[in-house]
Amino acid sequence: MSLDKGTVKRVAQLARLRLDDEQLEKTAEELNKIFTWIEQLDEVDVSNIEPLASVTGHSLPERMDEVTDGNYPDRVLSNAPDRASNFFTVPKVVE
Amino acid sequence: MAQFLKGETGDWEIVIGLEVHAQVSSEAKLFSSAATKFGAEPNSQVSLVDAAMPGMLPVINKECVRQAIKTGLGINAKINLFSVFDRKNYFYPDLPQGYQISQFKQPIVGEGFLEIEVSDGVKKIGIERLHLEQDAGKSMHDQHPTKSFIDLNRSGVALMEIVSKPDIRSGEEAGAYVKKLRSIVRYLGTCDGNMQEGSLRCDVNVSVRKPGEELGTRCEIKNVNSIRFVQQAIEYEARRQIEMIEDGHSINQETRLFDPNKGETRSMRSKEEAHDYRYFPDPDLLPLKFDDALVQAIASDMPELPDAKRTRFIEEYELSEADATLLVEERETAEFYEKMAVGRDKKLSANWLGTELFGALNKEGLSLAESPITAESLGRLMEIISDGTISGRIAKDVFVDMFESGEDALDIVERKGLTQISDAGAISELVESVISDNASKVAEFRNGKDKLFGFFVGQVMKKSQGKANPKLVNDLLKDKLG
Repeated sequence: MSLDKGTVKRVAQLARLRLDDEQLEKTAEELNKIFTWIEQLDEVDVSNIEPLASVTGHSLPERMDEVTDGNYPDRVLSNAPDRASNFFTVPKVVE
Repeated sequence: MAQFLKGETGDWEIVIGLEVHAQVSSEAKLFSSAATKFGAEPNSQVSLVDAAMPGMLPVINKECVRQAIKTGLGINAKINLFSVFDRKNYFYPDLPQGYQISQFKQPIVGEGFLEIEVSDGVKKIGIERLHLEQDAGKSMHDQHPTKSFIDLNRSGVALMEIVSKPDIRSGEEAGAYVKKLRSIVRYLGTCDGNMQEGSLRCDVNVSVRKPGEELGTRCEIKNVNSIRFVQQAIEYEARRQIEMIEDGHSINQETRLFDPNKGETRSMRSKEEAHDYRYFPDPDLLPLKFDDALVQAIASDMPELPDAKRTRFIEEYELSEADATLLVEERETAEFYEKMAVGRDKKLSANWLGTELFGALNKEGLSLAESPITAESLGRLMEIISDGTISGRIAKDVFVDMFESGEDALDIVERKGLTQISDAGAISELVESVISDNASKVAEFRNGKDKLFGFFVGQVMKKSQGKANPKLVNDLLKDKLG
């Protein structure tokens, strides 16, 4: 598998990364090396193996339905670049 | 039979699929222990997990899992003992994680169905799946000229997304489907069904085709928040698509918004590229596994659901289908009715609950839970109507008194001396005196002016202050005038 510049550009856009032409070129090269490395896994025959979502085989730990967290808006907002009273504020986004 | 829309080129069939987002009734969120209550101060019900602070890990709330299983059983669906949480990736300011935890390939609930009652009978609507996912925060765009305000209280609250098959063929059917689903989750207590507060929201997929042909291209109308709007949006959208196609255009698959003020749908500002959510299993969460014993335990604890209750009301209480459908839509109404009607006249009770009590409650803007008249008390009013203690007419006055004072029917009847007069001797005296007071009218009546009979009945009832048994009054008048 080989990634062209167009695909890399699209992936970068989806990840909200702005790459110039030179960076695109370089990133494509790097990603292709990573792909080549991962593609070695294709040599393993997995035709009789069920796909796994987790390797441990454990099940999900659960929590009781009890309210024991929250009520600290100042902590939640402490890293906000901009706020108005207890709201986060961002440049206007209307669809 | 499916109803078709007429276009210039002939009949068109509407094909509709609905995605309903139902907020799970739980104290805490799906993956954090912050509260879910509606209407709290901004960002006060947010944990560091919900705010997506680095290093925070989600831990699932077992009650949300139980609620999803219960809802799955309520829609006759297959429960998957093994399911997987995936990340759905997109950027939006009210989604701090940069992804929504959802279920993609392996949802907790698989195929099911529900039955809807529409004008041409009962129809089965298939359900594709139900999965658990996180809600996003809330953006407000009208607070500031250049900024949007973000409140994360809703971020991380558990949602059930319930996806129907494209089995729905009209706005009426879509409305009946949402109504039935809402009724079921409310019976189960798994979602409060409050569409105004956004606890139940619909995305509507609409396409049109010539009957019997392949499915057309669909448009998705997002976030429609009332049953009436669902119907209006479908009717508008189907018309729009038919006109487009008949004018030689094709339909673009796109997301649209319904504007309730104008009653139309319009394209959401087009995104440069289609969404690519890049789903993958969430590495922070192991697969969700439980055994069949849990499902059986939940199944054994299910309340009687609206369809079963409706059938029972028709068979056991001999109610009409229309009465039964109305009474079972809300669990509270059905329970009120049973308390009121058991051991009493079933049809009379259904009428009084449906007409008098709901009429009075609506007028005062009260819910059934706030009714000043209890089920037991209204039931006793039914008893004294049935046994002839008071007439139906007097009963309406007594009802008004009960509604105002909360007093018991019998107390009011005794205090005001409203007991119906069913003693033939006493009524006979009243009849005699009306006849002797109105000699000229009696003569006219005997000369053939039949409609004067009503006048005599009125006079006797007036003399009895409305208390005379109307049937006896009629019989005795006929007898003495004839």
